[in-house]
Amino acid sequence: MTSDAWVLTALTIITAATPLVYAAIGELVVEKSGVLNLGVEGMMLAGAVASFAVAHVTGLGYLGALAGAVAGTTLAALFALLTLGFQASQVAAGLSLTIFGTGLTALLGQPLVGIAFKGVPEFAIPVLAEVPVIGQLFFRHDLFVYGSFILVPAVAWFLYRTNAGLTLRAVGDSHDAAHALGIQVLRWRLAAILFGGCCAGIAGSYLALSYSPMWVENMTAGRGWIALALVVFATWRPGRLLLGAYLFGAISILQLHGQAVGLEIPSQFMSMLPYLATIIVLVLTSMDRGKISLHAPRCIGQPFYPAS
Amino acid sequence: MFNFKPKHILQSLLLVMALGSTVLSAATDDAFKVGFVYVGPVSDYGWTYRHDVGRKAIEAEFGDKVTTTFVESVDEGADAERVLRKLAQDGHDLIFTTSFGYMNATVKVAKSFPDVKFEHATGYKRAENVSTYSARFYEGRAVLGTIAGMMTETNTIGYIASFPIPEVVRGINATAIAMRKVNPDAQIKVVWVNTWYDPAKEADAAKTLIDQGADIVMQHTDSPAPLQVAEERGVLGFGQASDMKTFAPKAQLQTIIDDWNGYYVDRTRAAMEGSWESVDTWQGIKEGMVGFGDYNTVISDDVKAAAEIVRSGIVGGTIHPFQGPIRNQSGEEVVAEGNVLSDEVLLGMDYYVEGIVGSLPK
Repeated sequence: MTSDAWVLTALTIITAATPLVYAAIGELVVEKSGVLNLGVEGMMLAGAVASFAVAHVTGLGYLGALAGAVAGTTLAALFALLTLGFQASQVAAGLSLTIFGTGLTALLGQPLVGIAFKGVPEFAIPVLAEVPVIGQLFFRHDLFVYGSFILVPAVAWFLYRTNAGLTLRAVGDSHDAAHALGIQVLRWRLAAILFGGCCAGIAGSYLALSYSPMWVENMTAGRGWIALALVVFATWRPGRLLLGAYLFGAISILQLHGQAVGLEIPSQFMSMLPYLATIIVLVLTSMDRGKISLHAPRCIGQPFYPAS
Repeated sequence: MFNFKPKHILQSLLLVMALGSTVLSAATDDAFKVGFVYVGPVSDYGWTYRHDVGRKAIEAEFGDKVTTTFVESVDEGADAERVLRKLAQDGHDLIFTTSFGYMNATVKVAKSFPDVKFEHATGYKRAENVSTYSARFYEGRAVLGTIAGMMTETNTIGYIASFPIPEVVRGINATAIAMRKVNPDAQIKVVWVNTWYDPAKEADAAKTLIDQGADIVMQHTDSPAPLQVAEERGVLGFGQASDMKTFAPKAQLQTIIDDWNGYYVDRTRAAMEGSWESVDTWQGIKEGMVGFGDYNTVISDDVKAAAEIVRSGIVGGTIHPFQGPIRNQSGEEVVAEGNVLSDEVLLGMDYYVEGIVGSLPK
């Protein structure tokens, strides 16, 4: 390939990774607070259908994204009601959220199928966009992609450089200790869950408004599950999560490139790689509790009973 | 990569509900019941959508005398057998199973329900009460290949393929042969996405092919996503199964339109009158099963004329898309001049012809 082709490929990888970045960084914050929400896929679909509906009716793509964020947050609120309010099992509630979201969006989205949408506008950043290669890669995108560039460092800064971030991590590591210190465990978890829903909603909006601007049933096609795997793969660290998202994106794009130039790697094998990588990381994590699992939230998945 | 679908639990629930309601309707009338099993959503604007248009044609033709049911987004695995069994149990008289992967399930269920008639699309296993039918889409591909060969400037056509089954391979080969006739320097790059329907992945594949120099994108997957990418990147493409002009008014050069209406109406009539027999039907442009859309205005008169010659030649029988000499990828002649490939060979096609980059996944 020529250098130009490499740039184009890298560009495709960045856009392929963008929905993963949003969904995974949201889930990372949720998990850091000690909650496992398996409903990412459902919330993404809710975001996709809502954003497409609003964008189609108003003609304003970014207003649609806002609606997508609201829709994701709404489903997350439902999850919070079940798990924090009624102390339902997080795994069961999360799975039902995905199943419910898939069915509900298929139903609500029926009138939207077969409608074309022109996509959201891109904004080239003056001066920087003119820099060869770098300008093309990083400074000629739509707002979704810029947002993903900013979001991950912002979350990292929040988690590790602010008091609020410290509190959130404390809630996730030991809710009893946090409770004893007078921290409102459920409120912090609620906030984290809503943030996760908002991010998943935006991830879905990106797919429906920018990546392949249309609505079809189940259009996320498992990307929510990849995002969940990505959080584990990143061992709950935002920086690694960003790398992982681009790595997973690169795998999915490069396997297509490999085929087009005639490389003989079974594409199913490449499709399996993100999950394989996650399993390897899981094994490493359980082998080396000290170092690798340092960032894993200790209370993940456990319900918190304020009375105890 | 993206195959985990817990939605099937919900789908099954909905299915049980839907089938429950058809049981109720069966109790109130004794109309002839026709069932359809679809691999995608009826709203895919491609393959499944066109089958559903055929279903509606049956309703329009027979009115009250027929009721139709469909079950959409049925996986080609174990799900299919369960759905088919349920449809047969609910008193459907004729059932159309509209994807290759339903073949074994269809034959198996048909054995348990000898009074129910089954029609399986694109397969090759028949029985007393199982017919097969398909369209000679490769004839349509030959017309599109002619247009592609004449209009490509980079001499590279990108082809997004679903699964390496003979049906898909035949389409790629028919395109390549027609393309090389008008442009011996052109080549086809194929990307297999291992799905019939995943818009984002199909879009990824389209971007990949365009990044690698393709200026025309062709697809054998069902969503309009590749055409949307073509439109956005300013390259050209072809619709798949139905007219996808709304998604890509500039990019869609031409499209193959599947037309099952005539066949579905005929077979339903035969089943109602008792003259239904197990047959194998394979119809093409001539019979109207393979249709076309409008030519895009960017196509020059020369190109249009060349495409029309191929089309009318196929209809008139003077042109066969697999007419010798045909060479395989390594340059060996597989069909001598003057010969054409038999249907039997076409149905089992498992090699690439000259002009295709890469090797066929086994």
